[in-house]
Amino acid sequence: MENKNKSIRAFFSGLVKQQVFIPLAALLILALFNLIMDPSFFKITLGQNSVGDPVLNGYLITILDYGSELAILAIGMTLVTAASGGQDISVGATIAIAGSVILRMLCGGQTTTDTYQTPLIVAFLVAVLASMVAGAFNGALVAYFRIQPMIATLILFTAGRSIAAWVNNNELPIVNVDSFGYFGGYIPGVPIPTPFFIAVICVVVIALVMKFTNLRLYTQAVGINESASRLNGLNPEFIKFISFVILGVCVAVVGLIKVSRLSTINYSVVAKDIEMDAILAVALGGNALGGGKFNIWASILGAYVIQFLTTTLYKLEVQSDALPAYKAVVVIVLVVLSAPIVREKLASISKKMKTKEVA
Amino acid sequence: MKKKVLASLLTVAMAATMLAGCGSKAEAPADAPAAEEPAAEEPAAEEPAADDAAEAPAADDGALIKVGIINNDPNESGYRTANDKDMKEFFTEANGYEASFAYSLKNDEQIAAAQKFITDGVDYLLLSAADTAGWDSVLQDAKDAGISVILFDRTIDASEDLYEASIVSDMAKEGQTAVDWLAGQGLDEYNVIHIQGVMGSAAQKGRSGALDDKVAAESNWNIVAQQTAEWNAEKAQQIVQSVIDSGKSFNVIYAENDDMAKGAVAALDKANISHGVGKDVIVMGFDCNKWALEELLAGNWNYDGQCNPFQAAYIDGIIKTLEAGETVAEKVVVMDEKGFDASTITQEDVDTYGI
Repeated sequence: MENKNKSIRAFFSGLVKQQVFIPLAALLILALFNLIMDPSFFKITLGQNSVGDPVLNGYLITILDYGSELAILAIGMTLVTAASGGQDISVGATIAIAGSVILRMLCGGQTTTDTYQTPLIVAFLVAVLASMVAGAFNGALVAYFRIQPMIATLILFTAGRSIAAWVNNNELPIVNVDSFGYFGGYIPGVPIPTPFFIAVICVVVIALVMKFTNLRLYTQAVGINESASRLNGLNPEFIKFISFVILGVCVAVVGLIKVSRLSTINYSVVAKDIEMDAILAVALGGNALGGGKFNIWASILGAYVIQFLTTTLYKLEVQSDALPAYKAVVVIVLVVLSAPIVREKLASISKKMKTKEVA
Repeated sequence: MKKKVLASLLTVAMAATMLAGCGSKAEAPADAPAAEEPAAEEPAAEEPAADDAAEAPAADDGALIKVGIINNDPNESGYRTANDKDMKEFFTEANGYEASFAYSLKNDEQIAAAQKFITDGVDYLLLSAADTAGWDSVLQDAKDAGISVILFDRTIDASEDLYEASIVSDMAKEGQTAVDWLAGQGLDEYNVIHIQGVMGSAAQKGRSGALDDKVAAESNWNIVAQQTAEWNAEKAQQIVQSVIDSGKSFNVIYAENDDMAKGAVAALDKANISHGVGKDVIVMGFDCNKWALEELLAGNWNYDGQCNPFQAAYIDGIIKTLEAGETVAEKVVVMDEKGFDASTITQEDVDTYGI
């Protein structure tokens, strides 16, 4: 009996030490809260959309849908955070650029189109290229000019949406092609929102990259101690640079989802404040915002938790312009709890309790 | 390391609270803290102000009336683009005008442009001010130089003696027209999802006010959800999605601009809720974007309220009156603004009024 207790306790304390514990605990708390408030939160129904295709409906599906955008961004943002010890605040503006490029290519300069003027894949690849350039610009400023990431990305944060508007001569192009709506909606016959599948693809790709390259190790090394990693033959500048470029790719993918949702764009509001949510996802994943060790899975889980929180707040009919305040409170609590100093303190307290018990 | 973590933590916290704090104001037309401008601009543009005074080719034959036009950056919104286009097309030599244009979203740059126009000796100064304050001295200069000032689209906090007329939209009237139209639909019960613009903006206040009053006054009018989507289509989509997920029933979507109506409709389509003429849900928008009017024409939406950007003809009327030596009867001219009903709209309306 004594032994069993001990092993259970060891299991739990091991779990608590795991980085994934933080977003997981937050998810459980949110789920429990919703269960008590209104169990219908978890209800999922199979219905049809207006075209007659089967779709799943319910709050959980909404979370899966919108959380996937965040999860994709969280992948890139985690790498940037780990390598550079700072965050990219220009992702929202770069999404506007990527989305604008896609629409420009698809519409071929007209305001509306009923057919793709350029093959979709080409349009998407050009958008990927454009946001990789934006990422490279940020990365170069951070890595080679040694500018604080938040300051460096402030440039595109300010100018990005104007650039996006300029790409399309300030027109708001509309793509009236059914298949363009699949990326932010549903593929006919598949009742699960497509963004989820896109997120899965991104996760698989990044998992393979981390398995077959040294990206993870190098990024952590640079984040923990730049000069030590240099002495060991790494090129810290390049690692930082490449992390921003990878984020650029993630941004282009989200840009595609965003413009697909409505088949059009509004430069000044598309993906507004999404960088905050992406950074929060990284923080919620228990990653040190000062760089170093990271856990991408925790960030991805964090992204869905953030969306869980947003959806819960929408359900409670909290005024949407007050949402950031609620998020801030939750995040402050979580980040404070996960700060090393607090964790040490908590660990020592629990140790004391244990020794008392034994005595 | 510890310091670094703490520093970034504080930054996030600060940034987050800043966002929370400024959420409602963040979109007020660039650097215009004033709450009272009667402008209809939706999302304020982040564009750095361009101050390119494009001089019209001077044909100095005295017969032309020289006007200096100071406007906000046409990139700011679809409304502003249409407004600028209207001005450019109207104040031409063919119509007897020699026009110079200056654009800026910044008050100080606009004031500098006004001073330049005064020095250039224009006959009329047409002004859509970026900010309501700070215009007294420059307008006094204009008055002393014998230049008549006409305000369009936005009013300013200055003595009425300093300008001849002010041509504005009446947002409250826009809201009232829309609500009256909705009341005329004769539904047994009105269960409204009300999607608001950026809280505190003139357009939001005017368009919300009429609906709020009606809901308070009538027992069969209910608000199912009232949320600000901050002129943002995606937010509107999430808000409506949330109402659908909750299983509440509704039959009207009252969105305070076209973008938000579009977002709402995307959520309806996803859930297979029919909308438009003779369908389950009535969809209402504002601003009369061309694509929105086309939705009306197709019967997918029911109503779109105009926010009139075509002010040139009104200004022309006032200038003609002044040139004839008469005085303008009304200082504040409120423009006619229409509301379009999907069942009566024609292709001609789309072409004429779409922006």
